[in-house]
Amino acid sequence: MELTQLLVLAGFGAFHGLNPAMGWLFAVALGLQERSRRAVLGALPPIVLGHAGSVLVTLALVAAVRMATPPRAVSYGVAALVCGFGLWKLLRRRHPRWVGMRVTGWQLAGWSFLMATAHGAGLMLLPVTLAGHERAALALSRETLTAAGVHTAAMLAVTATLAVVVYERLGVSVLRRAWFNLDLAWAVALIGAGVFAALT
Amino acid sequence: MLIQPDPTFYPSAREAMRAPREKLAYVALLDTQGEGRPDGLATVDLDPDSPAYGTVVGVHDMTVPGDELHHFGWNVCSAALCPYAPHPHVERRYLVVPGLRSSRIYVFDVKDDPARPKLVKTIEPEVIFERTGYSRPHTVHCGTDAIYVSALGNVDGDAPGGVFMLDHDTFEPLGPWEADRGPQRLHYDFWWHLGHDTMITSEWGTPNMIEAGPDLDLLVGRRYGHKLHVWDLRKRTHQQEIDLGDQHQMALELRPAHDPTKTYGFVNTVISVEDLSANIFTWYLEDGVWKAKKTITIPAEPADPALLPEPLKQFGAVPPLVSDISLTLDDRILLVSAWGTGELLAFDVSDPLNPRQTGSVRVGGITGRAAHPGSPGTPRNGGPQMVEVSRDGRRAYFTNSLYRSWDEVFYPDGIDGWLVKADIAEDGSIALDPAFLVDFAADGRRPHQVRLQGGDSSSDSYCYP
Repeated sequence: MELTQLLVLAGFGAFHGLNPAMGWLFAVALGLQERSRRAVLGALPPIVLGHAGSVLVTLALVAAVRMATPPRAVSYGVAALVCGFGLWKLLRRRHPRWVGMRVTGWQLAGWSFLMATAHGAGLMLLPVTLAGHERAALALSRETLTAAGVHTAAMLAVTATLAVVVYERLGVSVLRRAWFNLDLAWAVALIGAGVFAALT
Repeated sequence: MLIQPDPTFYPSAREAMRAPREKLAYVALLDTQGEGRPDGLATVDLDPDSPAYGTVVGVHDMTVPGDELHHFGWNVCSAALCPYAPHPHVERRYLVVPGLRSSRIYVFDVKDDPARPKLVKTIEPEVIFERTGYSRPHTVHCGTDAIYVSALGNVDGDAPGGVFMLDHDTFEPLGPWEADRGPQRLHYDFWWHLGHDTMITSEWGTPNMIEAGPDLDLLVGRRYGHKLHVWDLRKRTHQQEIDLGDQHQMALELRPAHDPTKTYGFVNTVISVEDLSANIFTWYLEDGVWKAKKTITIPAEPADPALLPEPLKQFGAVPPLVSDISLTLDDRILLVSAWGTGELLAFDVSDPLNPRQTGSVRVGGITGRAAHPGSPGTPRNGGPQMVEVSRDGRRAYFTNSLYRSWDEVFYPDGIDGWLVKADIAEDGSIALDPAFLVDFAADGRRPHQVRLQGGDSSSDSYCYP
């Protein structure tokens, strides 16, 4: 995997980690509810695990498809899928609700998995992972794991930093100004990634 | 779709207290003339710097008569910031207004011209009946994932009453909320402890028990509601029943602490069949079990039977008939409306199991007919009823009409509608503002629920302390 690819994967990881809807805000809320920094930190592993799981599943599915399908077909298929999903995100607002405020670690991981999947977190990464290929299943699975790992590490770093800084320093009032519409940016990023897949 | 969160959303009640002062109030008006005139939604100017301060600046008449508008609410509110269902880039711009008698629901858009709300959708009764199995929508709350509406009964006007949901975007009824209601049958109000995934519901009576007016046989037989129900807000299942005692008839308004880490709240019961008193109970969580304790008693006041309406003559006393309560956003001051005696009381509830009275004002009342300081020579009828506190906790606005058929029983000479304001001091004492008296006598309709532009103390819920 090339350095550019790794950097883009990490950039998307940071972008996903930045989004309050992907989990750091939940960690802060749980910390405030329990009045404990430990609760903030304790919420992060399940959140990151759920996100990574969603990304990994998407990448692995496409890796499997690539073994049996010509590369161009996969590229166009992915482009259509990712663009379409971006457009759908742009047009349709949803009110996801799978849990409440009282959650176990597994429920939190499940919530994070579903949030990442519903937002198309893995789909956004697909076009980046398509470059350089034509290898055996082993290479594909190794690349898939690397891609998911790099993405997740960046996501963890940003999410953990934000959760701790907001909990310790800024307070949730920062949300009123700083929570710009990431759903919009997210949809645009998906469409952009889809276009990239079609062109490369 | 907004780029930043709606500026009227606040992560916590504490921060909502720093919101800019309210400039408009929306008031549900009830027609009582029986001349085929519809109910209305009035807009009142609350900006002291405006020349129209304290006057009605617009009224929207409903499309058909006979709705009996009740406790309306916003499409979305601060709960949109909750971390498990975040969607803060929506707008608080629609008022969802239920007709209690007609089972019709109106949706008004207040964005373009806040003083003149525009009707954008009407949900007809048949749609509510068919989709939810409920009738008589009463109270609307913006939830994290939907708009929640309480309903007093089923389509036949009998039990069970319950809660149904409206879609956030389309306002289409989604169906009944309860997955397992357990022993719950009677229903009135609902609200929640979001931090604990817990819903609380209260009990008045079914439509057939209340629509003709208060029924003395039902009252003496202790058949009106006197319980609270505790629910799992996620699983929508009944968890626990708290009986306040069957002498305490009609458990109405629920005011949970706004701080989501706290596990207590307040409910009023209208009348005790033992001594005609009204009571406030504090519910609280202890060792995993929800309990309730009577913490405020407001006694009946002796009165000359000649001055009393028919059903009260035999008692020689005016019951306070507490019909509404409102809690400031800092969970410190509880306002209590005694519609019978014409008194608005204030209590410091910082220690929720030991409230301390801090203030009282009088206007109206069954026998008192106290005048408003803005027009000292005019006796007033009706009494403090729906009370709404501003977000900063400094002003309380209240109206004087309860419910048409009940108005007639307790104020048989009719009610001339008014909306007044009490200022709340730092120490919890209250004083009527002589300069604020909205008199609806000329309109002829009676004001019921008040909502403040941008939110108030009983329209939002918060996920952060």
